[in-house]
Amino acid sequence: MPTFVYMTSCDGCGECVDICPSDIMHIDPTHRRAYNIEPNFCWECYSCVKACPQNAIDVRGYSDFAPLGHSVRVLRDEEKATISWKIKFRDGREKNFVSPIRTTPWGSIKSASDYEVPSPEALNSQELAHEPDGLNINKLPALTPGQLKLGVV
Amino acid sequence: MGLFSKRKTIYVDSDVLIIGGGMAGCGAAYESRYWGRDKNIVVVEKANIERSGAVAQGLYAINCYMGMQWDENQPEDHVRYARNDLMGLVREDLGYDIARHVDASVHLFEEWGLPIMKDPKTGRYMREGKWQIMIHGESYKPIVAEAARKAATKVYNRIMVTHLLMDQTKPNRVAGAVGFNVRSGEFYVFRAKAVIVGAGGASHIYKPRSIGEGMGRTWYAPWSSASAYALPILVGAKMTQMENRIVLTRFKDGYGPVGAYFLHLKTYTENAYGNEYESTWYEHTKALVGDYIDHLPVPTCLRNHAFLEELKAGRGPIRMVTKEAFQDPHLETIGWENFLGMTIGQAVVWASQNIDPKHTNPELTTSEPYVMGSHATCAGAWASGPEDYAPDEYQWGYNRMMTVDGLFGAGDTIGGTAHKFSSGSFAEGRIAGKAAVKYVNDLGKEAPQVSEAEYESLKKTVFQPLENYAVGRNEIVAGTVSPSYLLPLHGLQRLEKIMDEYVGGISAHYMTNEPLLTRGLELLEMLKEDLDHLGAEDLHQLQRAWELQHRVIASESVTHHTMFRKETRWPGYYYRGDHMKLDDTDWHCFTLSRYDRESGEWEMEKAPVYHIID
Repeated sequence: MPTFVYMTSCDGCGECVDICPSDIMHIDPTHRRAYNIEPNFCWECYSCVKACPQNAIDVRGYSDFAPLGHSVRVLRDEEKATISWKIKFRDGREKNFVSPIRTTPWGSIKSASDYEVPSPEALNSQELAHEPDGLNINKLPALTPGQLKLGVV
Repeated sequence: MGLFSKRKTIYVDSDVLIIGGGMAGCGAAYESRYWGRDKNIVVVEKANIERSGAVAQGLYAINCYMGMQWDENQPEDHVRYARNDLMGLVREDLGYDIARHVDASVHLFEEWGLPIMKDPKTGRYMREGKWQIMIHGESYKPIVAEAARKAATKVYNRIMVTHLLMDQTKPNRVAGAVGFNVRSGEFYVFRAKAVIVGAGGASHIYKPRSIGEGMGRTWYAPWSSASAYALPILVGAKMTQMENRIVLTRFKDGYGPVGAYFLHLKTYTENAYGNEYESTWYEHTKALVGDYIDHLPVPTCLRNHAFLEELKAGRGPIRMVTKEAFQDPHLETIGWENFLGMTIGQAVVWASQNIDPKHTNPELTTSEPYVMGSHATCAGAWASGPEDYAPDEYQWGYNRMMTVDGLFGAGDTIGGTAHKFSSGSFAEGRIAGKAAVKYVNDLGKEAPQVSEAEYESLKKTVFQPLENYAVGRNEIVAGTVSPSYLLPLHGLQRLEKIMDEYVGGISAHYMTNEPLLTRGLELLEMLKEDLDHLGAEDLHQLQRAWELQHRVIASESVTHHTMFRKETRWPGYYYRGDHMKLDDTDWHCFTLSRYDRESGEWEMEKAPVYHIID
């Protein structure tokens, strides 16, 4: 379902260009607005749709198997930390869903460098950062060398 | 140098260079910062790490979580599960290593703000299946990217890495990478002491079922362009299990996932006439693979096999019986949110075709093959195992270091470690990140040196498609047909056709044999020669050109591996018509390849499989 951009809504801000994982949202040099330059490399991931501040981007199902008349619209609200979906079938039926997207404030993640500096000896252990505590068990499990053997099981 | 000799070169120095900012790359960034506070850690990504890699769209489940804190599973259990699913062949040392660390990574995700569903009765994570937990993962990638951005010294978005650079002072040691900025066209030379490849596996090496606009609706992301394999292959790193491509049984056209449907919603499949069919293929399958058909759960490839045989017998389409489960509004919500969280395109297909699974049992299909290393398949680089228990034959240096010094990998890049998925790829990135810091410390002041002659030569190679187009375009009036260049899409479609017809794609019903593979290699060789004549109209097409180059190298590797393994180990993924049976006498082993960049030859060998034997 390749994306497309409504001419009257897009203001050419380029958020979609910046986010598209497939590098297919570009600014049209004549109209100074975004468009999908390569619909056959669109994964329908909705990254651009979610990122558009003007809600100017929508999706029309892939022409080789999706009949017209449907829509799947999304509103991603970072402040409320929710994502809302409205699915409209070709025959007019609708379904609506809302899900949470995050439980903590954006930007609140503690940096790896804000933890106490690990000892030099710990670099030689098998434990990763915050282990074993981060596993919520007492000890990092390990095999002994003899437990791995040749053969067919 | 011609038209592009004045193109600017930018030099970036780092201790640890991480190529690819997906789940594995973000894990590597986090962990290398934790252990290497003074280190210069650079992440380079061809898109934007906020939404890059296979998790860009989000996920509705984390498919690899032990639950050791509740004694739900132990790492050994996961090793046995992955081994069973891959018909006996996984790197159990590496798989165990991921399994013992993965829970701590999932706990970090929760602390960072990823909404993980909880069982209201027990307070534990809600299980979708034995290994899977359910999440509201729309922002899974943005959350993980936030942690990676804070960890890295610098993140370079929109730079496509095309080649690794080797040290000119010591043989077989990595020294960095080169690439170009997809927006500005500047050439980048990354000089690094250690390199971690966390790039993506391969979609679009086989012709997809959808042919028009819908060719983007591949199961794995279209931006997964095999850089995970091409980068290490081209510098002579050994690869393993590249023949082990995966075919997915999925909802038709949208490739919506079936895991939650089978495991949580308890839906099941039936043929066009309403009959259960898998058990009717038991004897037939047993004749091919012996006792492996008796293993539980039934390996993914063998379930595919029954599906394919039922279709060939004329009793398709196979449908998922959803009408019963979807009468429960809670399960109906899960069924839809499952797609909206990770495969929105399936919701679009169903809306467009008026398929409401409450009233219609939707069709299933089998996908075109994919080559990757983190799902129910395990192609990738041959890597050194954990120091505390890996057998000697699996250990030659630092954990997750490939057979090239200083070159590490994680996620799709590392072979033999099926079923790591998003969380395991992140955990493996962390393992590689810590090992890379240790490697850099041990290196001391003895920094690798890149060769100016090498990167200047690569600079010309990298931008050649722009020059080919600029020169060749003048020969023709207009249009896409030129006698002197091929567009990236032309090359891609030729690759997909070759792989489809000769190396076991959908139109061959996943069947191949030695004569077909031999001819496939001849055609791939001609395609490789033609890649010197790729024409790119702009920087975006230049990115497509290099994605194609990476896909072609990976495809050549897949074809050599498929030729080498003279058995059918994974019926339902692919078949060797000349060796239709599984053969544990000769082929209970890993296949290894090494590409010699001087001669262009591929050397193949076998490597032993070590098991946890109770």
